[in-house]
Amino acid sequence: MHVFKSIEARPMPGQSASPLAWLRVNLFSSTSNSVMTLLLLALGIWTLVSSMDWALVHAVFGANLQACNEARGVGACWGVITEKGRLIVMGRYPEAEHWRPIIATAIMLGVVVISCMPRFWNKALPLVWALMLVVYFILMKGGWMGLTAVDTDQWGGFPLTVMLTVISMTLAFPLAIFVALGRRSNMPAIKALCTLYVELIRGVPLITVLFMASFMLPLFMPEGVKIDVLVRVVVGITLFSAAYMAEVIRGGLQALPKGQTEAAATLGLTYWQTQRMIVLPQALATVVPSIMNTFIGLFKDTSLVTIVSLYELTGALGLALNSDADWRPFKIEAYLFITFIYFAFCFAMSRYSLWIEERTAVSKVR
Amino acid sequence: MKKYTRTLIGSVLAAAGLMAATSAMAGKTLDQIKQRGQVVCGVNTGLAGFSAADSSGNWSGLDVDHCRAVAAAVLSDATKVKYVPLTAQQRFTALQSGEIDVLARNTTSTMSRDASLGLHFVGANYYDGQGFMVPKGKITSAKQLKGATVCVQSGTTTEKNLTDYSRANKLNLKPVVFEKVEAATGAYFAGRCQAYTTDASGLASVRAKEAKDPATHLILPDLISKEPLGPMVRRGDDEWLAINKWVLAGLIEAEEYGITQANADQMKSSDNPQVGRLLGATEDLGKHLGLDKEWLYRAIKVTGNYGEMFERNVGPKTSINLPRGMNRQWSQGGLQYAAPLR
Amino acid sequence: MSHFSMTEARPSPDKKNRTISWRSREGRSIIYQIVAILSAFALIALLVRNTLANMRLRGIQSGYDFLFQPFGFDISETVIEYAHNSSYFVAFAIGMLNTIKVAIIGIALATVVGVLIGIGRFSANFLVQKICYAYVEFFRNVPVYLQLLIWYLVFAEALPDLDGAWNAGHFYLSKNGISFPWPVWQLGQTLALLGAGLGLVFGLYYRRLARTHFDLTGQPRPVLWVALAATLGMSVLGWLAGGAPMEWDLPKVGEFQIEDGGALSPEFMALLFGLVFYTAAFIAEVVRSGIASVSLGQHEAAGSLGLSKRQTMRLVVLPQALRVIIPPLTSQYLNLTKNSSLAVAIGYPELVSIANTTLNQTGRAIEALSIVMLVYLTLSLITSALMNWFNASAAIQER
Repeated sequence: MHVFKSIEARPMPGQSASPLAWLRVNLFSSTSNSVMTLLLLALGIWTLVSSMDWALVHAVFGANLQACNEARGVGACWGVITEKGRLIVMGRYPEAEHWRPIIATAIMLGVVVISCMPRFWNKALPLVWALMLVVYFILMKGGWMGLTAVDTDQWGGFPLTVMLTVISMTLAFPLAIFVALGRRSNMPAIKALCTLYVELIRGVPLITVLFMASFMLPLFMPEGVKIDVLVRVVVGITLFSAAYMAEVIRGGLQALPKGQTEAAATLGLTYWQTQRMIVLPQALATVVPSIMNTFIGLFKDTSLVTIVSLYELTGALGLALNSDADWRPFKIEAYLFITFIYFAFCFAMSRYSLWIEERTAVSKVR
Repeated sequence: MKKYTRTLIGSVLAAAGLMAATSAMAGKTLDQIKQRGQVVCGVNTGLAGFSAADSSGNWSGLDVDHCRAVAAAVLSDATKVKYVPLTAQQRFTALQSGEIDVLARNTTSTMSRDASLGLHFVGANYYDGQGFMVPKGKITSAKQLKGATVCVQSGTTTEKNLTDYSRANKLNLKPVVFEKVEAATGAYFAGRCQAYTTDASGLASVRAKEAKDPATHLILPDLISKEPLGPMVRRGDDEWLAINKWVLAGLIEAEEYGITQANADQMKSSDNPQVGRLLGATEDLGKHLGLDKEWLYRAIKVTGNYGEMFERNVGPKTSINLPRGMNRQWSQGGLQYAAPLR
Repeated sequence: MSHFSMTEARPSPDKKNRTISWRSREGRSIIYQIVAILSAFALIALLVRNTLANMRLRGIQSGYDFLFQPFGFDISETVIEYAHNSSYFVAFAIGMLNTIKVAIIGIALATVVGVLIGIGRFSANFLVQKICYAYVEFFRNVPVYLQLLIWYLVFAEALPDLDGAWNAGHFYLSKNGISFPWPVWQLGQTLALLGAGLGLVFGLYYRRLARTHFDLTGQPRPVLWVALAATLGMSVLGWLAGGAPMEWDLPKVGEFQIEDGGALSPEFMALLFGLVFYTAAFIAEVVRSGIASVSLGQHEAAGSLGLSKRQTMRLVVLPQALRVIIPPLTSQYLNLTKNSSLAVAIGYPELVSIANTTLNQTGRAIEALSIVMLVYLTLSLITSALMNWFNASAAIQER
């Protein structure tokens, strides 16, 4: 009879909590890994040092054209921001009235932010939105209560970007809900119409929709009626984003268990009551992250309206720098500036949507 | 069914109301201008010498002066003009749709624009031709540009002329077409193309305002096309066309007869009967146009005669520095020949 | 105990004499549909009436007859040749081919880059993980239009003039773009391509054979090398059969251009780089969520079978992840195709740019834009159909 002899105890694994151990595990675990780490570190340090050198050490911060020219190729000329920053961010809005778009945009962003917080989801929210829109347009357009009138074709820069995004989203949302419901309806005619709309709009680029809106809307109007360029662009963007949002909402509707509508039916609720009280609240809550993604996408897509000559942030940069031969060589710094603005906003919004998603999703991580 | 009846009736009424509200009245352009108290003038987004705004938003240029002259003639106030900056792509639809009353945007008169776009040419306030701008170097003539890349803006007569010239002279030019004029000039100044092409007056303007060192760019002497530039109005309103046409002709004829901004007042008592007619001292020409008799006098007081307009905006003393050239009076061998105002 | 006796069957409802009450659900749904269709038609009729009236008033002509007239402008980059009197039809075809060219190359490159970065997010190396994360976050959050403008600025400013063009042998890089030697196309090259196609088909067939063999006997066969060898071998055979043509079209520095040879313009390169880097970030995100969707149990089971990390990824994770990846991947491909329309701002003559020129020269805005929308719809449908077929064939048959 063999006596059970236990094998030698294996040596304790090396400490995995110290920084050295962390380095070993994460960066130098194998030869190829180590080589990769060293290469990336070398590349990273070189890139970091040379860009810091360009962007900070040798950079010119004041609006000094001569210093900028001398520093060309060696240091960044952030003076172009000091000089043209206002024009880029605010567009052609009259300088004396710049306080108006600033306050109006702040109010609009504030209302958008509180609408994202579930704490404020109650019956007063639509009223707050309506009030905000009224105040916004009074402030921007003027002509009332002593404010000088400013035409819509002078609105530009960052306030225009925010305005186009928020207004289009607000208008597209109810349209998208109806289209999504229509696509899932049992009535073949309505389903066909909604499907046609969504597939048509989703199959073409935004730029063709904008071109169509700006060329064709005036022709659609009866004789003598003129539409503002801004209105045309808003209509185009709204129709475009409504199609995408309808798809998102449809996904949410599909994810809802059928039992919900069946239970509502047994309670005797009509179709619209079911949608209003049972289906839509649950479906919309599920797709909030996707709606946020659509919002972020829309925020970035507003940069295209430059092509139909509304000068939002990207277009205002072209306006500010293209005709000024002195500052035009420093376009790249200006581009980096607005890249940073877009990145900051979109990154913040995407972080927020991730946070919402984590809060509401059932944890799948073991 | 009662619930649905209510919603149905409500929506039908709403739709009817909307239809009624949107069927506005279509009036003649002059009536609309008088009612509005403003002439809406479509101009360039920024072409120095023709229509450009300074940093305070004041517009000036040859085309801007036409608008001011018309406003002075019609509304007695040259400041009652709203300037709408338009790109090359937007200009025709803006005019066709009624968004603007007159398009004064250095636009070439061509057959297709007149016949198939439904627009009428008012008259040439600048006879021009298309040319090339190259960095100063060994190229002195357009025929040396064999195989060169040329930056051009889309939506203008420029593209077609470039192709015609390239094919006729077997130059095999390669166009790089941009949607926006700033992108086209930017690409040229960055060195992407060896040449930039547009109307010669536009080249002078771009060189003066956008080149880092204007002296290092050369505008080649070859003009490859005819470009009569001038204001345009839309079809269907002969009265408005007549007003624009004769304001322009009147300013040209004023130069012919020596009436200037400075001497317009004393010229009123001139012996020359034609001068008397032009200034409304003797005959009332304005009634043919639906205006009062001092229409041209006011226009001249505001902008001066054609020659003064030219000198002030694009003449040799300005940074644009264009020679009078083809735009001289007919009596001096140029092309400006105003039909007689009588 | 009573026997269970069935109740009498109720007579089936008489389908013919059914009257639909207007108050019932069916009645209402019919009314709604009729109203919806009538309103849609009424709206369209109103819009069409207004449009025609406006066009007549302004003297705008309409009709598609302009398609048969010669287009009078030059296009700098074309895939097909055109003559002096080629019609607008040909111009639109050139634009469409340029769009397809950018779309195909862009999709291929973006997929490669995107998949690499998506897999890199799961790398054991901390730096690689974080760099991939930074890449995705940066390129996703900046508008693609802005990225295109920046790339074009970089290409236009950073590349040297023609005089100082960088050249390595017969390759030139300058503000005029990249020029490279391109074979003079003769029968040999066509046969080589044909041979390569045949080799590919053979490779797919061999893969099926190898899989059947593996299922039966458990012995794996090297598919990749065989398929590669077959493709290469057949293309060389085809080339030899065509007379082994060896002529190259070499680029040489001309006065204003680098003449001859194959060339890629800076506009094309800026568009390609901009679209590829932007779309790759989204594809990386799609790939990452696809891989993350495969449950941890699969990784654990594969580990307990003794598969290495790479084998796990290749044999277990990726096939399952593909099901989740392909639908959003399709929409990213469509986005890339649609984003190529932004080339109108940087001077690449694709479809929208040519349509823009056309509508400015002929005044037929509606017709030109309708053609553009039709082409994009068709491209979207074809891409979706292809990806659906791929999805169906790659989908794992579940129990």
